Amino acid sequence: MKEYAYFPGCSLEKMALPYNLSTLESTRKLGVELKELEDWNCCGATAYFHVDELLANTLVARNLAMAEKMGLDLVAPCSGCFKNMYFTNLHLKKDPELAEHINFALEEDNLHFSGNIGIRHLIELFVYDIGFEEIRSKIFHPLNGLRVAPYYGCQILRPRKDHEDVEQPRFFEDLLSAIGADPIDFPLKLRCCGGSLIITSRPAALSMARNLIQNAIYGEAVVIATACPLCQVNLECYQQQINQEFGTNFSMPVVYFTQLVGLALGIPPKRLGIGAELVSAMPVLSQFQDSKQEKSQ
Amino acid sequence: MATIPDFTQEVSNLLYAAEGNPLKQCIQCGTCSGTCPVAGYMDHTPRRLIAMVNAGFKEEVLASNTFWYCASCYHCTVRCPSGIDIAEAMYALKRYSIWKNHYKEGLIGPVFSETFVKTIVKSGRSFEPVLAPTYIFSYGVREFLQEAFTATSLMLKGRIPVLPSRIKRLENFRQMIGRIIPAGGLS
Repeated sequence: MKEYAYFPGCSLEKMALPYNLSTLESTRKLGVELKELEDWNCCGATAYFHVDELLANTLVARNLAMAEKMGLDLVAPCSGCFKNMYFTNLHLKKDPELAEHINFALEEDNLHFSGNIGIRHLIELFVYDIGFEEIRSKIFHPLNGLRVAPYYGCQILRPRKDHEDVEQPRFFEDLLSAIGADPIDFPLKLRCCGGSLIITSRPAALSMARNLIQNAIYGEAVVIATACPLCQVNLECYQQQINQEFGTNFSMPVVYFTQLVGLALGIPPKRLGIGAELVSAMPVLSQFQDSKQEKSQ
Repeated sequence: MATIPDFTQEVSNLLYAAEGNPLKQCIQCGTCSGTCPVAGYMDHTPRRLIAMVNAGFKEEVLASNTFWYCASCYHCTVRCPSGIDIAEAMYALKRYSIWKNHYKEGLIGPVFSETFVKTIVKSGRSFEPVLAPTYIFSYGVREFLQEAFTATSLMLKGRIPVLPSRIKRLENFRQMIGRIIPAGGLS
């Protein structure tokens, strides 16, 4: 069984609890064990980097050092957390002086950063580490005919300039195809949803989210799949406000990719946290629920 | 003789992540502005802001909302033909303006960020409800009601935390921070 250190992040404790549940359920079914970092702290989000970069890097380094102690690669389901960890890891590896400075602070918690583990976004774990073949072999209930908008968002890929897929990735579509779903052609799939602006610059954020939902509707999607708790909240929980501000009439469910994978693996919707949405996903997903399977578990 | 750093240099000095960020090599092509999903809401587009930084228009730069409207989507960064990490430069300007306590009136961003940081220094984890007062009072009645409705719906679905979460080794955590930021630096 493959093992990883798991950094859920603050959002997954409550606001994005369904993401946490569906992540743990679906990875377990695929033979991967995620071991939660003991006593992890906030990754610093974007706000911390607005105030003090050195301190922000120190906060991130504490989590990295704890994963190093476990001797496991670190996985983050939130794109913001992932970006912070991936780049702090990179910067500290490149700059021994900075690492030394931060290690001096980490001593207070008996920790040490050495830069010897890999950092993964959760979706990369499914796409590259587990792989489509393995996923396909365990599909219990393929999501045939489900038109899904694959929403990548920003920080899974950017600002990694060396990533081959930075402008035209396909891996999210491929993952959705592997579980039998029908990924739509979604031109705005890499466009920012405005999640980090929803509080500080609300009008801008609402209009960015509106454009995305509109684009998914043009592509005749019935559901948007995300890989980030901020995108999910912005696109789904603020949909009502978007409707009020722009006179639209959106009712587009937004789910985590792990919920769709879990469903295809035959896990009952409830255990995947389906039902906690403000725009219910059940009308489009209930056909993939298998009552026999539910009883046998 | 020591030379006084110009504004571009000052901003670059606050920019570890993009060390050596060649702001001065901007060719003013406007790829960043054309890419930016928030450009329409900014006082100055990213391209113009970089020109202003390089021309030393410090006052005008600090008085603009541009960098506080940056959503950190990094689309400009990956596309810049001169290799400038524009999104990180926006971060540097945010830090500069917080450091100098000099920013455009009426912005929520600076207060929100500072409150967020204090929450984390205190408990090690984020807690949404304490952040609400940093912005809710600047909302009009309509926005306030919409926000209250969203929050209530989320609460009914069990998605709003009631109690703050905190880490266990909080004392060590605070001492760790103390080694980076001198006592009183964030109080």
